[in-house]
Amino acid sequence: MSERLVEVQHLQQYFPAGGWGKNKRYVQAVDDVNFFINRGETLGLVGESGCGKTTTGRTLLRLYEPTDGRIIYDGDVLFDKEKKIAVNMLPYRKKMQIVFQDPYASLDPRMTVGDIVGEPIDIHHLASGSKERYDRIIDLLRRVGLNSEHANRYPHEFSGGQRQRVGIARALAVDPEFIVCDEPISALDVSIQAQVINMFEDLQESMGLTYLFIAHDLSVVKHISNRIGVMYLGKLVELADSYELTMHSLHPYTKSLISAIPIADPVTARKSKRIVLEGDVPSPLNPPSGCRFRTRCPYADERCAMETPEFKEVEPGHYAACHHLDRCN
Amino acid sequence: MSEYLVDIQHERLSFFTPAGEVKALNDVSIHLNQGEVLGIVGESGSGKSVTAYSLMGLTAYPGRLIGGTLEFNGHHINDMTEKEFRKIRGNEVSIIFQDPMTSLNPVYTIGNQIEEVILLHTDKNKSQAHERARELLELVGINEPEKRLKQYPHELSGGMRQRVMIAIALACEPKLLIADEPTTALDVTIQAQILELMIELKNKLGMAIIMITHDLGIVANMCEKIAVMYAGHIVEYGTTDDIFYNPKHEYTKGLLKSIPRLDAREHERLVPIEGTPVDMLNPPKGCPFAPRCGNCMKICLREMPPVTNISDVHYTQCWMNQKEQMESEARA
Repeated sequence: MSERLVEVQHLQQYFPAGGWGKNKRYVQAVDDVNFFINRGETLGLVGESGCGKTTTGRTLLRLYEPTDGRIIYDGDVLFDKEKKIAVNMLPYRKKMQIVFQDPYASLDPRMTVGDIVGEPIDIHHLASGSKERYDRIIDLLRRVGLNSEHANRYPHEFSGGQRQRVGIARALAVDPEFIVCDEPISALDVSIQAQVINMFEDLQESMGLTYLFIAHDLSVVKHISNRIGVMYLGKLVELADSYELTMHSLHPYTKSLISAIPIADPVTARKSKRIVLEGDVPSPLNPPSGCRFRTRCPYADERCAMETPEFKEVEPGHYAACHHLDRCN
Repeated sequence: MSEYLVDIQHERLSFFTPAGEVKALNDVSIHLNQGEVLGIVGESGSGKSVTAYSLMGLTAYPGRLIGGTLEFNGHHINDMTEKEFRKIRGNEVSIIFQDPMTSLNPVYTIGNQIEEVILLHTDKNKSQAHERARELLELVGINEPEKRLKQYPHELSGGMRQRVMIAIALACEPKLLIADEPTTALDVTIQAQILELMIELKNKLGMAIIMITHDLGIVANMCEKIAVMYAGHIVEYGTTDDIFYNPKHEYTKGLLKSIPRLDAREHERLVPIEGTPVDMLNPPKGCPFAPRCGNCMKICLREMPPVTNISDVHYTQCWMNQKEQMESEARA
C-alpha cells in the first residue's frame, strides 16, 4: 500500500485535428501535467472550458490513450510511453470509476435504472445469482438516497438530481477505491447541488474513497477538495492546499480566476476589486510559445515567450509555473 | 399612468399544455424605476424568465395572461397587439438571451444583424446604420470592429458573441434591458468581463436592467433589489442587503446556506434544501415551498400565505413572518 494512490507524470494528450504529413495538426489538450493524489484525499481540478481538465480525468483512466507520459496506480504502472507499457485495464476498472457531467446523456434511455446500476456487476461477475445481484442493486440505490421501487423505472422518469444519483450508484457498483468526478454537479439546480455535494462527502467517509473532482466552479471545488490544481490551456499552472490556493495564490492566472468569481455577499462584493483579464483563451491548436498564459498576463515579457516556465515546488506543497512569481506577489 | 418604468401588478399567467394547466406565474408584482437593477433569482422552472418575457409579449401560445396589469414606460402591455409589440421590442426594451451560440442567426453577418435593429427602429439610412453598428461594437469593447462586422457568428468566441448580443440589445438605447442568464454559458473570467461591461454601460446610458440568474454571487455584485421566486410566486422581495443579511423566507435562508463560500476557513458542511423542486403541473395546495420547508405548519399546507411587509421595500410570502408580525402587533 503506497501513500500515493494515483500519480501522473508528464501526461500528454494530443488529438489529431486534420492535416497531412508534416502539416498534421494537433489539439494540444493536455501537455506535461504532473500530479499525485494521496489515498483518501480529494484533489480538485479547476479551469475554464477547453483547458483540458476533463481530458486529464479521462486520460488518467485511459478512456483516451495518452500520447505521452506515465500513469501509476497504487504502485502499478498502468501506462508508460517510454517503456512501452500499456496494461489491460479491466481489473483496474473495478478500482477506478468515473461519474460523468451530464446526467441526461450518460444513462442509456432504453435500460432500466436497475440494469444500469447492475451492468458493472455483470461485467465484473460480482454477484453469484440473480437474487444477490438484485440485493446489491437495491443496496446501491439506497446508498445514494433512492429506493427499491426506482429500480424498475427508466432514466427519463427521474429529475436531474436523481439521475446524477443513478450515475453515482453505477460508479459505486464495483466498490471502487478511486472515482473521477467530472463536473458532477454543474447540470443541477442550486438547491440540489448541496445535496449531491454532501452525498459525495458522506460516501467518501463511509467507503474511504479517493476523488479527482473536476469542476469549473472554484467555490464548490474549494469546499470539497483537500488540494486544488488549476489548469490553463492544457497545462497545470498552480497546485496547492485548497485554503492556501484560494487565499494566497501565486500564479497571476489563479489570482484573476479567483477575483473573477462573484462573491455571494454584497458587502465583500462592493469592497473587492476584480482583476479582469483581457481577451479570450487562445486556441489549443496553436497555443502561444513559452508560457501559454502570456497573451493575457499583465506581467508577461520576452522571457515568457521564449521559455516554458517550469512547474516547481515554490513553498512546501505549493507548486506553480511562472517566471515572475516574485514580481507578481 | 404609473410613475414606475415597469409596473407589474398581480400578474397571473398560465401555459395550457396537453398535460394540463401550468400556473407559471401566480400573483407576481414587480416595479422598477428608471436606471435600477433588479435581480430575479430562483431555480429552473420558477417563473423568473416568464416574468420578464411577458413584458415583451414573448409568452405566446400556449401561454396566456389570466390576470393582473402590466405597464411599461406608459404602454399597457395587457392589450397590446403583436404589431405594437414589434415597435417596442429592441427599441424601448431589449433582451439578452442565455446562449449566445443559438441566439444569433448563423447565416447573416454580425453587421447585418446589428444594422437590422437600427434600420427597423430609426430613420437612419444604410450607411448611417453601418456607422452606428461600428460604434456599438466599439462600445462593447470589440477590437477591429470593421472586420468583425463582416464576420459570421461562428467565427467569434462565446464571450465575443455575447458582446455582439449586447450591442444589438443596446442599438436603440432601450429604457429597459432584460438579461436572461447572460453569463451562464460563459467562463468566469469572461463572465467578469461581461458583467463589468453591463454595469459600465448602465452607468453611461442610464437604462434599467432586469437580471435573471440562479447565481447569488452575480446578484450580490450587480443588483440593487432582488426578487426571489419559487414556483411562480415571489416569495421574498427586498434590497440586496435585506435579502443577504436579513432573509425572512425559509427558501431564501436555505439558498444562502446551501452555497459553499470561497472565503470560508474551516470546512463547514453545507445545509441543503431537502426534497425536489415542485412539479408545476400538480403544485401542492397552500404554500408551494411547504413540502421542503423545515418550519412547515398546518396552515402552510392549506392556504397560500398573504404578503407580509417587513419594511417599505422588503416583503415576503410566508406564514411564519405573518405570525411573527401579528404577535408583535398584539404586543404593541
